[in-house]
Amino acid sequence: MVYFAKWKVILVVALCLLSLVYAAPNLMNRAEVEQWGQDLPSWLPTRTVNLGLDLQGGSHLLLEVETDVVIQERMNALVDSARTELREARIGYTDLGAERAGIAFTVRDQADVERAVSLARGLETDLQVETSGNRVVATLTEAAEAARRSAAVEQSIEIVRRRIDETGTREPSIQRQGAERILLQLPGVDDPERVKRLLGQTAKMTFRFVDDTTTVAEAQAGRIPPGSELLPSRDGGFEVVRKRVMVSGDTLVDSQPSFQDGRPVVSFRFDSLGARRFGEATRDNVGKRFAIVLDNEVISAPVINEPILGGSGIIQGGFTTQSANDLALLLRAGALPAPLTVLEERTVGPGLGADSIAAGQIAALVGLALVIVFMTISYGLFGLFANVALVFNITFIFAALSILQATLTLPGIAGIVLTIGMAVDANVLIFERIREELKIGRTPIAAIDAGYNRALTTIIDSNLTTLIAALLLFMFGSGPIKGFAVTLSIGIVASMFTAIMVTRLMVVVWLRRTRPKTVPI
Amino acid sequence: MKPLRLVPENTAIDFVRLRFFGFIVSGLLILGTAIGLMSPGLNLGIDFKGGILIEARAPEPIDVGGLRTQLNGLGLGEVQLQQFGEPNDILIRVQRQEGDEAAQNAAVALVRETLGTTYEYRRVELVGPRVGGELMQQGIIATLLAVAAIAAYVAFRFEWQFGVSALIATFHDVFVTVGLFIVLQLEFDLTAVAALLTLAGYSINDTVVVFDRMREQMRKYKSADMKTIINLSVNQTLGRTILTSGTTLLAILPLLLYGGSALHNFTIALFWGILVGTFSSVYVAAALLLYMPPIRRGGEEKAERQPGDAPSTSP
Repeated sequence: MVYFAKWKVILVVALCLLSLVYAAPNLMNRAEVEQWGQDLPSWLPTRTVNLGLDLQGGSHLLLEVETDVVIQERMNALVDSARTELREARIGYTDLGAERAGIAFTVRDQADVERAVSLARGLETDLQVETSGNRVVATLTEAAEAARRSAAVEQSIEIVRRRIDETGTREPSIQRQGAERILLQLPGVDDPERVKRLLGQTAKMTFRFVDDTTTVAEAQAGRIPPGSELLPSRDGGFEVVRKRVMVSGDTLVDSQPSFQDGRPVVSFRFDSLGARRFGEATRDNVGKRFAIVLDNEVISAPVINEPILGGSGIIQGGFTTQSANDLALLLRAGALPAPLTVLEERTVGPGLGADSIAAGQIAALVGLALVIVFMTISYGLFGLFANVALVFNITFIFAALSILQATLTLPGIAGIVLTIGMAVDANVLIFERIREELKIGRTPIAAIDAGYNRALTTIIDSNLTTLIAALLLFMFGSGPIKGFAVTLSIGIVASMFTAIMVTRLMVVVWLRRTRPKTVPI
Repeated sequence: MKPLRLVPENTAIDFVRLRFFGFIVSGLLILGTAIGLMSPGLNLGIDFKGGILIEARAPEPIDVGGLRTQLNGLGLGEVQLQQFGEPNDILIRVQRQEGDEAAQNAAVALVRETLGTTYEYRRVELVGPRVGGELMQQGIIATLLAVAAIAAYVAFRFEWQFGVSALIATFHDVFVTVGLFIVLQLEFDLTAVAALLTLAGYSINDTVVVFDRMREQMRKYKSADMKTIINLSVNQTLGRTILTSGTTLLAILPLLLYGGSALHNFTIALFWGILVGTFSSVYVAAALLLYMPPIRRGGEEKAERQPGDAPSTSP
C-alpha cells in the first residue's frame, strides 16, 4: 500500500492535470474562448461544453411526415390513368376507386377480366394484381409502399433543411427519428411560431386556367364541370379552376420578395421548360384569366394581358412584407411531398436559459461548499483529501463533457449536483473501514491498507448498480433526460477514479512523509 | 483537529427486533400509495397526457384574475394559471385540445395572440396526443427495466435471495415516491421519471453496501444466525449510511432552494427518495432476508468464530 508504483503516480497526476486543461475553457467567457481558438496553438483545447436547448434557449420540434397523403395522392393519380387506359382499351368497368395503398374496379364483362389484369399490371411497376370474380384489385407491394414512404421522409428532411437554412437559424440540427419522424433542434430561435408556420405548409404551387365556362354561383350550387374544381380564394371568395395544371411550381428556379407600387409582391422565375410552357400557354390565351394556386387556395387570378415570354413574373396577393418574404422563401425551398404535423414542441427563451445556468451554478457551488464542510468535520485531514478528490471529480466531468462534446442540460446540472453528494460515498466507505480496522487494533499502515482493499468491492458493486440505472436513463430518456444520464454516468466513473486513486495517492504521500503513529480519522 | 463522530461508534441497535415497526411504516406507505393511485390519482403532466405549458414574464406585475378570465374565455377548455417566483412570472397550463395535433398548435397561437407582444415567452411546451401515450409507455418500461436489471446484477454478484430482496426494496422506494407525487399532487412528467430512476440507482447503492457487509460477516461467522448477521452488518455500516445520505441531501438542498421551477419536482422526489431509500435498505431489504430460504454459506473454510470473540489479527 505504501508502495505506489511510479508510473501510477505519473498517470494519476497527468490525468488530473489534463482534466484541468480540458475543463479550463469552460471557466472563461464563451466569446473570449472563441477568440482564443484562433490565436492559440491548435493543440490547446478550446472546446467548451455544449449547452442544451434548455440552457442556451431554442426550439425543439418533433414533426411527423404524413406519408399516408403521399400514398393517397399516388393512388388517386393511378385511378386517373386507369380510367383513361380502360377507356382506350374499351373495357367496361364500374366502381373504380382508390383503396388503402391500391386501386380497385369491377369489370363489366367476364371476358375482359384477363385483359384488364394485364392492363392494371402495366400501370406501374411494383403492383400486385389480384382478382376475385370480376373485381380487379391492384395494390402496391409492401416493399414498394415502404420505399415510397421512406423516400417521402427523406425528401421532407431535405426541404425542411432548405426552409430552415433560409430563415438564417445558426447550427440547426435536423435528424430523422424512427420511420416517419423528424427531430428539429433550433438553437436561439426566438419565434418558433414562424418556423411552425413555414413548416406547416406543403407549399405546392400550380398555375392553372380559371374555368370561364361557368360561374362561381353555379359551382356553389353543386354544378361543377368535370375537370374543374371550386377552390377558396385568399381574398375570401371562390374561383372555379381547371384541374389540369398549366405549369407546376417545381419548375420555379428563383423567387424573391419585392415591391410594386409600394406594395409587397413576390417575383419568380421559371426554368427553361417552365418558361416555354408558360409562354405558350399565355400566348394562346390572351384575355383569359389564370389562377395561381398554393396548397389548394387561389392566391390571385390575374387576366393575361399579353403573352409572358420572359419566363418570369410577379404574384400580387395582398401580401404583407412578412408574408411576401415567407412565400418567396417557401417557393425557393420547394414543396414538401407530404404535410408535416408538429407532434411536440419545447421552446425555451434565452432569458430562462441564462437564469437556469445561474441557478445551477449557485446550487452546485453551495452544494459543494456544504459537502466540503461536512467532510472536513467528519474526517479531518482525510476529509480534506476527499475534498481535493471531489474538486478533481468535477473538473473530470467538465473535461469529459468538453472532449465528448456531450450536451449539458438543466437535468444534467442536477446530475452534477447529485454526483457531488454521491461522489464522496466511495471515500466515506473507505474511511469508515479504516476506522473499523483501527478499532480492532491494527497499525495505521495496516488499517489504511485493509480499508482500501476491503472497501473496493463494495465501491465497485454499489457504483455499477447506479451506472445500470443511468445507462437505462440514457437509452430510454429523451433530450434533457439523456443529458442527466450522461453527467451522472461520467460522474460515477470519475468518482471511482478520484476516490480510489487520487485520495490514495495523497494518503500515501502523507504516510511516507509523516510516518504517523496514529491516524487522525 | 479531532474529527467529529456524527454517529456514535459501537452502536448496537437491535434492528431485527425493530423490523415490525419498519414493516408497519412500509405497509402504510404502500397501502396509501395504492389507494392514492385509484383516487385522486397521479397529477399527470403534459408529457404524458398531452397539452400545453407556457411560462411567460410580463413587464409589470400580472393581474392574474383578469388574465384568467380572459384565457378561460377563449374556449380552450380548462386553463390553469399559476404564479411563482416574481409577480411578473406566470405559468399557464392549457388542457389537451379535442382533435388532432393541429388543434394543439392553434391553441398555442391563440394564447400567444391573447397575451400580446409585451410578454417574454420563457418556455413553451406542447405535447400532442400521439406522443403523450408513447412517452408514458417508454417511462414505465424504463423504470421496470431499471429495477429488474439492478436486481439481476445483485442476484448475480450475491445470492438470489439478495436479488429478490433488492428488487422488492427498490420497487418499494420507487412506488412510495410515486405516493409522494400523489399526496402533494406534484406534476408527474418525464423529469419525475428521471427522478425515480435516479432514486432506484441511489437506493440500491445503499442496499448493496449493507448486503456486502452481510456477505462478509456470513463468511466470517459461519454458524451465526441471520438475525445476528443482519444486526451486526447494519450497525457496522450505519455510520457510512448516515454520512452518505447526509452529504447527498446537503448537495441537493441548494438545488431545491435555487433550482427554479423546472427542477423543483425532481429535487423534491430525490430528497424524499433518499430518506425512504436509506430507511428501506435497513428495514426492508435486510429484514426480508429473514423470510427467504436459508442462504448458502460460501467462502473459504475458517475456524468457527462468534461475533463476540476477540478480533483476529490476520488480514
